[in-house]
Amino acid sequence: MIITQLKDIEEIYGYIEPYNKILIAGCDGCCQPPRSLNEAKLLGQLLELKARTKGKDLKWKAITVLRQCDDRIAATTVRPLVEDYEAILTLACGLGVVMMNKVLPQKLTFPTQNSMFGGAQSNGENNFIELCETCGDCIIGETGGVCPRAGCAKHLSNGPCGGMVDGMCEVRGYTVPCAWVEIWKRLKEFNRLDLFKKYRGPRDYRTSTSPGYLEVYKEYTNVEEEKEEVKG
Amino acid sequence: MGKRPAYSNLCKAIEAGKFVITGELEPKKILDLSEILHGAEEMKKTGKIVAANVTDGPQGDAYMCSLVPSYLVQEKVGLEAVWQVTVRDRNRVALFGDIIAGAVLGLKNILTLTGDHTALGDHKKGRPVYDIDSTQFCEMLSIMIDEGTDYEGNKIEGGKIEMNYGCVANPNSNPREPEILKVGRKVEQKVDFIQTQTAFDIDEAKDFLKDLEQFNVPVLLGIFPLKSYGIAWYFDNYIPGVSVPKELLKALKKAEKDNKGNKPAKYAALDKINIEFFEPFIKEIKKSTKAAGIHCMAVEYERLFDPLLKDF
Repeated sequence: MIITQLKDIEEIYGYIEPYNKILIAGCDGCCQPPRSLNEAKLLGQLLELKARTKGKDLKWKAITVLRQCDDRIAATTVRPLVEDYEAILTLACGLGVVMMNKVLPQKLTFPTQNSMFGGAQSNGENNFIELCETCGDCIIGETGGVCPRAGCAKHLSNGPCGGMVDGMCEVRGYTVPCAWVEIWKRLKEFNRLDLFKKYRGPRDYRTSTSPGYLEVYKEYTNVEEEKEEVKG
Repeated sequence: MGKRPAYSNLCKAIEAGKFVITGELEPKKILDLSEILHGAEEMKKTGKIVAANVTDGPQGDAYMCSLVPSYLVQEKVGLEAVWQVTVRDRNRVALFGDIIAGAVLGLKNILTLTGDHTALGDHKKGRPVYDIDSTQFCEMLSIMIDEGTDYEGNKIEGGKIEMNYGCVANPNSNPREPEILKVGRKVEQKVDFIQTQTAFDIDEAKDFLKDLEQFNVPVLLGIFPLKSYGIAWYFDNYIPGVSVPKELLKALKKAEKDNKGNKPAKYAALDKINIEFFEPFIKEIKKSTKAAGIHCMAVEYERLFDPLLKDF
């Protein structure tokens, strides 16, 4: 899931200050903590109050979209409403913000979230942790199920570094476990220190160069379908 | 270990079986290098210090890069530099460029380091690089020196890089096993020497040196004479994994308190504490371990060199 953090209300209000009527779109996709209809409504109420303190009567409508990062779902859900509003605020992650701007080019869509990382829920509700950084070159098979790229502040392939103290990392004040110590513990437990000792050469950063573009399912995209329809 | 010639005085001295001592210089946020050069001169005068490490942004702070001071220490003072290079701030392209520049300037030793994270330094919002890690940096240097190409195999024209390089190891590491295994990976990448983080506990240091013996690479054990109570306190609190013995902290505090307002007496008292602690420490290392020498990180504490090192 994509972990997001709400932006400061001042910043959000700054985006919509020139407008009087806005659409606020939640996202029911993988965004966490939840950024759905209720959260969209709450944000609308907050912005309305904020506008009132500035002597403005802000009109808003809250909706939610199944997945804003899916172009067809985003377009079909929001397009029928969009003409009635001057601008759109989205509670989705960065993917949703960009996709909404793409499929609804007639209006500006503004973000309300900072997208933090691809994360997992850990140790109870609203505790999220980055376990994978989608680097495009997975080595977790050699590291006992612990990712040294997402888990190590220095992204080391051959750790630990000298910043490890009592098994903890120098970054964040020794509160986060050193990924390389975790890897060592796991591999030792399974008598696989041969994997720990292995030297790993330099990373090929072409696998994670932005913008990422993957054509695995090219034959199934709507572009292909359209071509076939034309042919037919 | 594949035998690489000893290009540097440091490696030649190690090869000759001498008990080798290196010093340390720390260029900071300065334009005037006279203090650094003075420190290097004092080290040279002792006749005991074979080379001086020149640090590269310790604690992640934005300081003068280590290349130019390393060159000037060699050029103006005639003391060999151990050029510290971290992988924190430069990607493989920049590292390559710097290394061949250093080779042209006549630098002979490189100490490879990961580098403290920018989160610890004075530019906390900065993006650290870590394109390659320090082990991969060792591999890159091995390829540059032994094969005469860049990391991708493209030939370096116009001569041969004649340098030796080392890596670091941390005797304070807890747990120790992953640290030792990591050093093993670096040794596989053909390091010529190892310099360690500072040690205060003699038994722990000896035990650590014993663990490193399997690699058959010369080790210089790090020591850090404590110029003042303030520095000792900072070191104890802010340097990852290093704790200064409580009795040493107490003694330094007392020496400063008892001699308040009398600088010469204060200096004498502080020096006495350091000599009483480190002289037997070095003797014990020399006598009962296979360490090739000592890396003495007495930064801006040149007056201690003569009295401390007179017997080595």
